[in-house]
Amino acid sequence: MKCNGKAFLLLLGLMFFYQLTWAQKEKSVLVAAASDLKFALDSIILVFNQEKEITVKPIYGSSGKLYEQLSNRAPFHIFMSADVRYPELLAEKGLTASEIYVYGVGRLVLWSRKYDVKDLGMEAFQQPWVKKVAIANPDHAPYGKRAVESLAFYGWQEKLAPLLVKGENISQAAQFVATGAADLGMIALSLALSPTMKKYQSSYYLIPESSHSPLVQGAVVTSHGESSPESYAFMAFLKGEKAIGIFRYFGFSQPSN
Amino acid sequence: MDFSPFYLTLRLALFTTGILFLIGIPLAYWLAFSRLRIKYVVEAIVSLPLVLPPTVLGFYLLLFFSPENPMGGFLDRYFDLRLVFTFPGLVLASVIYSLPFMVQPLRSGFTGIPKAWIDTTQTLGKGRWVTLSRVMLPNMKSALLTAGVLSFAHTVGEFGVVLMVGGNIPDETRVIAVAIYNEVEAMNYGQANTYSLILIGFSFLVLLITYWLNRDKSRVLSYD
Repeated sequence: MKCNGKAFLLLLGLMFFYQLTWAQKEKSVLVAAASDLKFALDSIILVFNQEKEITVKPIYGSSGKLYEQLSNRAPFHIFMSADVRYPELLAEKGLTASEIYVYGVGRLVLWSRKYDVKDLGMEAFQQPWVKKVAIANPDHAPYGKRAVESLAFYGWQEKLAPLLVKGENISQAAQFVATGAADLGMIALSLALSPTMKKYQSSYYLIPESSHSPLVQGAVVTSHGESSPESYAFMAFLKGEKAIGIFRYFGFSQPSN
Repeated sequence: MDFSPFYLTLRLALFTTGILFLIGIPLAYWLAFSRLRIKYVVEAIVSLPLVLPPTVLGFYLLLFFSPENPMGGFLDRYFDLRLVFTFPGLVLASVIYSLPFMVQPLRSGFTGIPKAWIDTTQTLGKGRWVTLSRVMLPNMKSALLTAGVLSFAHTVGEFGVVLMVGGNIPDETRVIAVAIYNEVEAMNYGQANTYSLILIGFSFLVLLITYWLNRDKSRVLSYD
């Protein structure tokens, strides 16, 4: 028993030690962000940190999943959704602490690692090399939902159904095509424009906006972020010229109204 | 290189293993010696996490402990305690999820102790507590080690539950398994590779030390 007792005390001691070291963790702004923002938001945070010493940590996921987590009071300070409907629903639940800010409109593109599909357009689906097509999960990822709408618009839905692979969010769908696991993907323009994806294939086909409902994107400070002035500071930065420039670089158009 | 997912994982595994020892020893003792007829019901319940996918546990934890629901709302209002998207929530989930890995080795450790020893201790007028602490536990060290290592390792390797009730929050719930998933999804393969290699090295080392400590005994890391 003696030996075991000692081991147990050691274990308790270690736990205590970790508890102490952990107590000093800094205050930072947690941003729950749609996966299509992966590269854009990372850049924005980089520029933001040249001005202010506030740590901003992005957590990427599908907007629907993040909304679900926020409804269950996940401790995120800011919510940036690829579909403005989710922040609106959150506001209806009384879980927001600012106006909803529409930072851009996203676009869907057709992208393949090996082939340039720019001139093929939607006919790319007919190519013999297309065995798997990656989209985001339409149940909770806005880009996935729009992809399905667009496929239905062009009458491809039934023919493609057996070929579809669904990523947890648009970033995972992009990863499926970027690794070549899927031959073709319906992904976010903002991801296709990122250096990581351009490395493989810089060309893409911009899917006409008329084939699906618009991807109007919105950001909001959550009720968890209400007591944090840092969150409002970052939100203000998102509305500034520099952030808008970065959004534009990654293919987000400004809402016409 | 951001090492915080490792610290967090280590902390989670230590807490979980510590708490599991406190729960597991009495439970395994009871399972080994109770003459209650419906004991097998408890055995089945304890082993459930071995069979069920982590999503089931994740789903119910979300359901029970969301502040939007009665139970979670009650804890939130009166105790300021949230068990979804927080570290304490992960500890709770891991304790449930790793319970069989603690209880089963301990249980076979208890049953492996010769009945004669227990009878002798009691004949000598020692109570149950002394029998447990002076006779049983010292003679099942390898079972204790196995139980501890398995619980620890299983918690380190946990993924599904954490993904569901953790919310991938840096320094709070982004454990190493989730961090690797995150890096792969973000196409940072270099970082994912570094994390994975460190994890393989660490896990191998832990198991190596365990097997080395138990090198002369058979039936070390099994609990049949």
